[in-house]
Amino acid sequence: MIQIRCPWCGLRGAGEFRYTGDVRTRPDPASVTPQEWRDYLYFPANPCGPVVETWYHRMGCRRFFTAERDTATNEVWTLEEGMR
Amino acid sequence: MAAGARATAGRRRSGRPPRYSAFTLLRHGLSGEQWPRVWQEHPLQRSYDVVIVGGGVHGLAAAYYLAANHGITNVAVLDKGYIGGGGSGRSTAILRSNYLTPEGVRFYDRSLHLYDHMAASLGYNVMFSRRGHLTLAHNDASLRTMRWRAEVNQIQGIDSDVIGPSEIRKLVPFLDVSEKARYPILGALYHPPGGIIRHDAVVWGYARAADALGVHVHQQTEVTAIDVVDGQVRGVRTNRGDISTPVVLNCTAGWSTLVAEMAGVRLPIQTFPLQAAVTEPVRAFLHPVVVSGTLHVYVSQTDRGELVFGASVDPFASYSTRGSLEFAEGLAGHVLALMPGLSRMRLLRQWAGLCDMTPDFSPVMGGTEVAGFYVDVGWGTYGFKAGPVSGEAMAECIATGRTPEIIAAFGLNRFGEGFLVGEKGAAAVGH
Repeated sequence: MIQIRCPWCGLRGAGEFRYTGDVRTRPDPASVTPQEWRDYLYFPANPCGPVVETWYHRMGCRRFFTAERDTATNEVWTLEEGMR
Repeated sequence: MAAGARATAGRRRSGRPPRYSAFTLLRHGLSGEQWPRVWQEHPLQRSYDVVIVGGGVHGLAAAYYLAANHGITNVAVLDKGYIGGGGSGRSTAILRSNYLTPEGVRFYDRSLHLYDHMAASLGYNVMFSRRGHLTLAHNDASLRTMRWRAEVNQIQGIDSDVIGPSEIRKLVPFLDVSEKARYPILGALYHPPGGIIRHDAVVWGYARAADALGVHVHQQTEVTAIDVVDGQVRGVRTNRGDISTPVVLNCTAGWSTLVAEMAGVRLPIQTFPLQAAVTEPVRAFLHPVVVSGTLHVYVSQTDRGELVFGASVDPFASYSTRGSLEFAEGLAGHVLALMPGLSRMRLLRQWAGLCDMTPDFSPVMGGTEVAGFYVDVGWGTYGFKAGPVSGEAMAECIATGRTPEIIAAFGLNRFGEGFLVGEKGAAAVGH
């Protein structure tokens, strides 16, 4: 089982969390071009290696936090301790 | 293609592969002599007219149709492992064409047609078994989507209709169609032409037929870089040496974004594992393929008697193909909700394959902004059933330089232009 360390609740099974994808900067909707917006929507980074992601502890403290995960091995490192 | 069809000197064989017959079976069986190799190993040439990256059903089909339909035989298929060892070998090998969009229905139905005639045209038994395909509806929303799909299918002349619980019970007596089930079955989309096939045989059949036409299949050959000069493909570098070529076709699954990156092309793809499992073999009791989108499961019984279970993709993107206990637990619960009689069945093994998920659950096929770099990727959870038609269409695309009508809707440019082909309602778990 893959375990992820929630900064609030500690080490828990991955099934308690929801994956919300790699951390991407949302372009400003007021000034973005359609091309940039489609890039943001449809072209995720898909590296085979470390990636910085947002996870949501849906069956625990229900907080979002940032973690780094190696997509080749599924090793997870929590980045921001005590994030609320 | 610029180089065109070129006769290549020094090819040992050409034309049709040797036929299998009852006589050869008897002769080899009685004499104990070795069967000839199904395809040959060749030294890596310094140049090819077309290099296909990925030796699965898509890559080998494209190579075969390039040689068979267009006379382009100076083709190399490169695979970093062994042929059919990726998505083709991990697929649950379900064939159907009851999709949701007119583009999708037409495309997958052509594939089903090619599969139907494959054993004869390749001279290889691919064990296509048309058992019918049932997609269960457990709520009003899914019943509505089934009705929608049936209408789209019927307009295109495809045998597909919504049936009720009493008919479902006749087709699959072991299914719990009672009203007290946790997820009551309200109806199903029934697609009689759907079925299952021996996936390894499809890969081997294409490899054998392509090899006989002069295509080189190179296993254990990993592409490490693609040379692009002035926006035109010039060659590929591999762990066994460099190859110069004007055309590269990316037919990989899982690693498609990484291969495309080598040519400087970005793809709208994220890689997710999908897990499947197989039980011990039992007597034949399940004829059609049974799918439940709500329960994220599809079940079929192979000719050997094993039940093959598949699921939806794992909940997070990854390149890892390790199985998980959560999957086995969830799968068992869902299968038992459908067929309580299976509670004593034992799982033999589970595995995972990599699925290239696109935003609209449709593939990406055709040329790219780099001249000579073609893609046949983004095959999510529906790639195996599309292998023959993709190979046929991509071969035509490369040979003529024009995008065939049947794949025109699936170009990479659709994401820039905003013309997505939404197949989630029919492709997400509906295998």
